[in-house]
Amino acid sequence: MLTQALFRALDKKAVWVIGIFLAVAILVPMANLLIPPGQFGHVPTYLVSLMGKYLAYAILALALDLVWGYCGILSLGHGAFFALGGYAMGMYLMRQIGSRGVYGNPVLPDFMVFLNYSELPWFWLGFDNFWFAMLMVVFVPGLLAFVFGFFAFRSRVTGVYLSIITQAMTFALLLAFFRNDMGFGGNNGLTDFKDILGVPVQAQTTRATLFAATAITLALSVLVCSLIVNSKLGKVMVAVRDAESRTRFLGYRVEYVKLFAFTVSAIMAGIAGALYVPQVGIINPSEFDPANSIEVVIWTAVGGRGTLIGPIIGAIVVNLGKSWFTTTLPELWLFALGALFIFTTLFLPKGIVGLWNQIFGARKTVAAGDQPEAPTPEQSADIERGEDPSSFGHEAQPKPAE
Amino acid sequence: MSAHTDTMLYLDGVSVAFDGFKAINNLSIIVKPAEMLAIIGPNGAGKTTMMDIITGKTSPDAGQVLFDGRTDLTKLDEAAIANLGIGRKFQKPTVFESHTVWDNLEMALKKPRGIFSTLFYTASEDDIARITEILETVRLIARKDELAANLSHGQKQWLEIGMLLAQDPKLLLVDEPVAGMTDSETEETAKLLREISQTRSVVVVEHDMSFVRDLGSRVVCLAEGSVLAEGSLDQVSANPVVIERYLGR
Amino acid sequence: MLILRALRLVLLALPFLLLPNSAIRAQEAATDIPAAIQAMGEASLKELQQIVADLAATGSDSVVPALTALGAGNLYLDETSGTVLIERGSTYLDPISGEPVELGADADLSKIRVNNGLRRDIAAALAGMTLMSDNPSRRLTAAQGFLANPDPANIPLLDEAIAAETDANVLKAMQAARAVTILGDGEQSVEDRQAAVPLVASGAGRNALTILNSALNGAPEELVPTIHSAIAGLEQERAIWGALQNVWFGLSLGSVLLLAAIGLAITFGVMGVINMAHGEMVMLGAYTTFIVQLVIRQNFPGLLDYSLLIALPCAFLVTGAIGVGIERGIIRWLYGRPLETLLATWGLSLILQQTVRSIFGPTNQMVIAPTWMAGSTEFFGLSITYGRFWIVIFALIVFFMLLLILNRTPLGLQMRAVTQNRRMASAMGIRTPFVDAMTFGLGSGIAGLAGVALTQIDNISPNLGQNYIIDSFMVVVFGGVGNLWGTLVGALTLGVANKFLEPYAGAVLGKILILVLIILFIQRRPRGLFALKGRAVEQ
Repeated sequence: MLTQALFRALDKKAVWVIGIFLAVAILVPMANLLIPPGQFGHVPTYLVSLMGKYLAYAILALALDLVWGYCGILSLGHGAFFALGGYAMGMYLMRQIGSRGVYGNPVLPDFMVFLNYSELPWFWLGFDNFWFAMLMVVFVPGLLAFVFGFFAFRSRVTGVYLSIITQAMTFALLLAFFRNDMGFGGNNGLTDFKDILGVPVQAQTTRATLFAATAITLALSVLVCSLIVNSKLGKVMVAVRDAESRTRFLGYRVEYVKLFAFTVSAIMAGIAGALYVPQVGIINPSEFDPANSIEVVIWTAVGGRGTLIGPIIGAIVVNLGKSWFTTTLPELWLFALGALFIFTTLFLPKGIVGLWNQIFGARKTVAAGDQPEAPTPEQSADIERGEDPSSFGHEAQPKPAE
Repeated sequence: MSAHTDTMLYLDGVSVAFDGFKAINNLSIIVKPAEMLAIIGPNGAGKTTMMDIITGKTSPDAGQVLFDGRTDLTKLDEAAIANLGIGRKFQKPTVFESHTVWDNLEMALKKPRGIFSTLFYTASEDDIARITEILETVRLIARKDELAANLSHGQKQWLEIGMLLAQDPKLLLVDEPVAGMTDSETEETAKLLREISQTRSVVVVEHDMSFVRDLGSRVVCLAEGSVLAEGSLDQVSANPVVIERYLGR
Repeated sequence: MLILRALRLVLLALPFLLLPNSAIRAQEAATDIPAAIQAMGEASLKELQQIVADLAATGSDSVVPALTALGAGNLYLDETSGTVLIERGSTYLDPISGEPVELGADADLSKIRVNNGLRRDIAAALAGMTLMSDNPSRRLTAAQGFLANPDPANIPLLDEAIAAETDANVLKAMQAARAVTILGDGEQSVEDRQAAVPLVASGAGRNALTILNSALNGAPEELVPTIHSAIAGLEQERAIWGALQNVWFGLSLGSVLLLAAIGLAITFGVMGVINMAHGEMVMLGAYTTFIVQLVIRQNFPGLLDYSLLIALPCAFLVTGAIGVGIERGIIRWLYGRPLETLLATWGLSLILQQTVRSIFGPTNQMVIAPTWMAGSTEFFGLSITYGRFWIVIFALIVFFMLLLILNRTPLGLQMRAVTQNRRMASAMGIRTPFVDAMTFGLGSGIAGLAGVALTQIDNISPNLGQNYIIDSFMVVVFGGVGNLWGTLVGALTLGVANKFLEPYAGAVLGKILILVLIILFIQRRPRGLFALKGRAVEQ
């Protein structure tokens, strides 16, 4: 059963993507560690961490794509799952500091000493154990998504309503984590990490290893997503996206389908956050900023949602652009980002991958004869408008999203 | 309880109002096992709302809706009702446009609907045979790998009927199945529905009188949310009230 | 009534009519106040008595400090210069002007001595001057003074004043002062003190609780339960007023939310469009106000008090025009794709914010409140600032005008038609694109109006809109779409709920709780409080 599912998952495209990232996981650390600095082909350590960060973002974008691109749920709260995973990892790293903090307290992190904590809050217990922390990385975002999704999907909150309450959720978490008495370091968050699994976080080998781990996780994420979207469940997810109530009349429990996708996606986002934190060295409440979550959406949109490679491309391209802008033309970055949102939604609804398919797929179509084309988003919108116009504003049914 | 033990569908005194407008008003209809019932009536008579009530989309303000003589449908949601064995074809053909014809049928095929059984589902020989058989019945075998979006209106109607067959329901609710079909297709559809009604209960809503005549079944005429007349098509269409309110002189 | 008043006038005038001499003497004395006060320095006790009587007869407020100081033993004579001074701590004040006086290096101060008889005279004179004054507000102040510094010695005086008092308010204050004095006087009988308790509770205002609590100390056992029950009653009353105050704060917050959300509700209701740049429309409205005030201050300073009123139409037109531009330029290409609209308008909001930031800088700007909006008033124990008051009024005006537009104008009719059935409306010959553009312009314009109002309670910064957008969404989600009343109820409910949670949970936690409650609420009513029902929704 599982082997058949795996076999389905490894279609030609997925194999390529997985292969590329596994290769990257090996080649980049090698280029960093084995080729001496200054020689051709050497990848500087800061670049390794930067690329690691992008790949963590790519996992996050892929996670969002699973719910948005395939299931039609536009979550504006994925930044929250990412940050929760990051905080779980951050808490482990804080506990590893031990007595090397400024105050030298062997148990309490610095900020707790500063805030006059007498003992570790209960929810910090166990985080000195790496595997427990990793369990929490998966469990906390997963549980939040499960509970939140259970309530939201059961009562059929869909479309923009759902988007807004996911945004409210991440906003509430932002406010909560900003509070000092929450016990998560308040404003400053968690930082000054020293060790991970007994080795220094800042060391070159650690950074290379973290990069490799991120690239492998990305490859695994692609595999998992491929497994899901190529299964019958994946087809049902797309069915839910295109015609939710019709899927119900076929006897599928739409709320469970969505809940499954949402929870899996949140777990992926949490893992991405956990990989992100040791590479950037800090996690603070601004990660919960609703603007961050929306930025993830635009990565996915730029790359092309409803495809597995699209969100990965989008995350990397947009963040490369962000790095370039914020160093050379910092004041223009928000203009560029804003314009990207508008341009992508207006002119590039299927993203880079869609554009690629349009250019190269069209040629192939001509060659292959009368191969049918999927309806373009514009056409779908027209169909929807023509057939079901009164639904605007009332029924937040997902429109046939391309 | 004896009154409805041998019924497939039992509606008694059902009413529903939207903002004061009574869409369904004290409606009572009975469908027996392996029986076909055609429902006619003017627009706004409550035909679609009745189907919404049976399939759990709308819950009635009053009245009893029983399936198979014992299951209270008003307590269940759409998915549960579908899984009980009630299939519905919509007025507007709704197929999954970004899926192929084959995938549409595969999703509809009567199989466990759980998350993990769906995730790890692989079509068995029997499933493939069954889908192929249905594709032949609805004459879409040549287009099985095409996206449903590219089918013509009539073909989408057929695909939806095929999805109904794949669901293997005990009760079929068919809303305007022949809109957009040619005359010969309409005849084929009537034949197919008659065939189906040998073993299952079928409720057909249709305006096309010659099609209803082809079905040769009991006819109920609805108007303003309740039953206006009932009987054979000849009886119903001879009813002066029906002529006045629906058929016209 | 009229007769009584006339009689009273005559009575008041009687002394002057009958005793012209005394009146003249009083006037003479009035001109001599500084001299009379200086004379106190060298006067004998007997002469002092006369001077006190003369000063009292002037009825002038300017003698009060000197007399008070004399009674308290704070009046000094500088033997060297021969001037009379009031001692306050280590400084010495001029007895009339109250200004500090530089003492000469050779100053030789000696206290002006008084005896008990004189002290009584002074107290009586002071009390008589104020408690018996012709001016009711003076009498009220005096009574309040007695209430604040209860002294059993004043009881007879108060009794006298109470007997003569005609003004109900002043009478109440005097009775309260008397009651407070009696309650605090251990020598009074328990019955009298018991009888005083309710008067203290009802009359002593905000201090009643403190007075009663301090009276508990050393109160005889019989008295304790009475005081306790009075305290309980007062606390309950105070809780009710506190709640009312919270309701007011909540309404005021709610009306801000209403202003911010109502435009959103219209565009969402009519067009199914989530405008993430709505907050930026509010922000632009605020900046328009800022510019309008800047221009007025530089060119027409006389109109400064009306700058907010002038800014209202400007803000409406500016943001409304931008709104129409957004609709024509972006949103109309995205109909039927609400999620994409959300993303595009978010991008737009980033651009607008950054534009404003580049033009005006990231720092906060100020808009000065016009004089008629400054200050606050007491409304039975509720403190109401005029600024908030006008915002509540303004929000309601905007709401009802919008209601009028929707229900009584052709555009409103068309908008409602499009809301209910777009295709049908289009088939009926309604130019839906025009309605869409107008709707969006109207919604954005109202956001601009909200921006004008917000300048009075918030800083004007490029991030202004971001602070309100999520709350506005919550209002729309909570209130439901397609019905303005839902927005009104939603906004006010959320405002009040916010303010009620704040004291218990703190501002931040309160906000989190509200968000959680809304998320739970839409479990029950996924389409909000006032959702449309029926087949139109289901399709």
